[in-house]
Amino acid sequence: MFGLSTKDTTLLLFVAALTLLAPFLLNPFPENSAMAQFNAGYPDLMQRFVIFGTFAIGFNILFGLTGYLSFGHAAFLGVGSYGAIWMMKLLTLNVIPAIIMGVIFAGLFALLVGYISLRRSGIYFSILTLAFAQMSYALAYSVLTPITGGETGLQLKATDTPLLSNLAPGEIGRANLFGVDMRSSYELVIGDWLFTFNAGYYIAAVCMLIGFYISIRIFRSPFGMMLRAVKSNQQRMNYTGLNSKPYTLAAFVISGMYAGLAGGLMVAMDTQVGPERMFWTASGEVVLMAILGGVGTLIGPVLGAGMIKYMENILSKINDAILHQWFAFMPDGIENLLVAIFHPFIGKGWHLTLGMLFMLIVIFLPGGLVEGGQRIGRIFRRRDRKADSVESDAAKQRKPAE
Amino acid sequence: MEAIILQILNGLDKGSAYALIALGLTLIFGTLGVVNFAHGALFMIGAFCAVTLQRILSLSYEVVDDTRTDFLGNPLKVDVPYVNGWFGPEMGQTIIEWSVPLAILFAIPVMMFVGYAMERGLIKHFYKRPHADQILVTFGLAIVLQEVIKAFYGANPIPTPAPPAFTGSFDFGALIGFDPNQIIYPYWRLIYFTFAAFVITAVFAFLQFTTFGMVVRAGMADRETVGLLGIDIDKRFTMMFAIAAVVAGLAGVMYTPINSPNYHMGMDFLVLSFVVVVVGGMGSLPGAVLAGFVLGILESFASMAEVIDIIPGINQIIIYLVAIIILLTRPRGLMGRRGVMED
Repeated sequence: MFGLSTKDTTLLLFVAALTLLAPFLLNPFPENSAMAQFNAGYPDLMQRFVIFGTFAIGFNILFGLTGYLSFGHAAFLGVGSYGAIWMMKLLTLNVIPAIIMGVIFAGLFALLVGYISLRRSGIYFSILTLAFAQMSYALAYSVLTPITGGETGLQLKATDTPLLSNLAPGEIGRANLFGVDMRSSYELVIGDWLFTFNAGYYIAAVCMLIGFYISIRIFRSPFGMMLRAVKSNQQRMNYTGLNSKPYTLAAFVISGMYAGLAGGLMVAMDTQVGPERMFWTASGEVVLMAILGGVGTLIGPVLGAGMIKYMENILSKINDAILHQWFAFMPDGIENLLVAIFHPFIGKGWHLTLGMLFMLIVIFLPGGLVEGGQRIGRIFRRRDRKADSVESDAAKQRKPAE
Repeated sequence: MEAIILQILNGLDKGSAYALIALGLTLIFGTLGVVNFAHGALFMIGAFCAVTLQRILSLSYEVVDDTRTDFLGNPLKVDVPYVNGWFGPEMGQTIIEWSVPLAILFAIPVMMFVGYAMERGLIKHFYKRPHADQILVTFGLAIVLQEVIKAFYGANPIPTPAPPAFTGSFDFGALIGFDPNQIIYPYWRLIYFTFAAFVITAVFAFLQFTTFGMVVRAGMADRETVGLLGIDIDKRFTMMFAIAAVVAGLAGVMYTPINSPNYHMGMDFLVLSFVVVVVGGMGSLPGAVLAGFVLGILESFASMAEVIDIIPGINQIIIYLVAIIILLTRPRGLMGRRGVMED
């Protein structure tokens, strides 16, 4: 289907089902129950899942296929955001032109940065991209204030009068898609459960699915094969008479455009931008996402993005009182000890958990969560083989797609 | 002329910090071949050594002072630091005020231990993995270290003043024959620069004039041959890692009066120090020091009002701009050896 092999179609449909049913899947616990704080099915967080998923998919096309580790990808996200918000301020509040503008701007910027940075490889490439990103951050923060709004960033204001949107004077515009407000949600109550279906989330999810589909096509295409060749042995590739530069540059621009798409989507959701989106820690975050999920695999980066954003939101919400509740069944001394042990890892300390998890993954599971899943799968398959060799053959075909 | 000298002086202290961190980074890269993204965290840990020592010295016990009363009319309880009790109030106060220089002595063993533990515990296992893996695992370590510090010391900057003898400024211009009140320079920055120069000289002297240093230099040039000669080069390289950690830590200790330490100061310096290393040339120790000072001074020149008037925003981006130009025109850096990571 869609020019994909059966395996890839299954994967795409699987991811599509996951994202489209996310409001159900992420809200497994009834409202008002003690576990409700683990629910992630609220629009704001779900939007972030898919937006950062898009960002990570794009980053993976560059890092996963070519092996070029860019430490400045957030710059493209920022540029895309600025492009999108200006489109909304000047032309129309419809999100589609804004998103397209974000993609185009980020693509052009990526073309410029990539053309220069790709003249070097390895750590020099990382430093060059980092330098460019920090420069854009510093400029957006200071000199380019007329365009970027400086420290306060840009928001839609009552004084903005987009050409094509008929706003009453003094009315603050809201992002919409042909009249459907991004923030409008439909709430479905079933028993104790509350499910929220948010317009913005579904638009972002569709964008991510399209992005995911394109990334599968790239992975399976001859172009993707070329990029893998760059990663495994660039020298040999050059000896066979191929110039790798156009391929890497194309990969860089494509991945920059994904970042721009993510930036445009962010603006479409919350209609604001700030320069901190381009800071190098934001670039580091997308690296973490890709590694955590599994670099060079199709679904890994999406998983990684989801996991980090989930941890960021849920872990940072837990506080000592909740911990005391959990361990209330223990004797008092042990309860306090356990709370004291877990205290640094929750609330504001969630970065510590993230850092530790990240280190463990890099040390023991260089392939990320996907490799972990495959290893667990293999253990089960081995057990199957002992029990019944026929069954194991069937299991082999169920092998999780990358 | 005065303006130029003033800018050079202003650039020296930041340049010293860059040079010290970059020196450590280069030592690690030159010996172990590891790209250490956690080096900024070592700088930060050094700074917090000073904070810790200040807190240890200020540990107090309560004494009831009968001569004074609090607002309720009860005898006033006064916190007296233990050092005051041991050495007498005047001496004790002096010790507390001098906690930053004293922290140098405290930081050396601590940083040595941290560096040793880091190399043996983590970095050792990453020699054979690609550079990207090394970057990533040390990046993760940097996050963990900075979060641990945040958990213990909080997120706010902690003021750690210099000894009173060195607070304030002096008239540097008058000393070297310019009109008075033209070049005013804080004492501590001059001390920082002198200290950095001393540490850098010490490291170079250590490498140049001791047998240990000679073996390390040989190992940097050709690790395998040194190993074949029956020398346990790994042990020496571990020591060099510890020394690099000490250098970064000392840079951090002495930097505390200039900028109150906070948990993310390491990351702030790390990015710039990497740029410095690359500009100086991967693996070149003199290059790292030179580039550190040059970039520090360039940054301070770029923040002159006259320059900003011509090219707005240049002060924010000058270092990165220089790095980009250097990388594109002379990829091995200012003083890098031909062929060392030149691609």
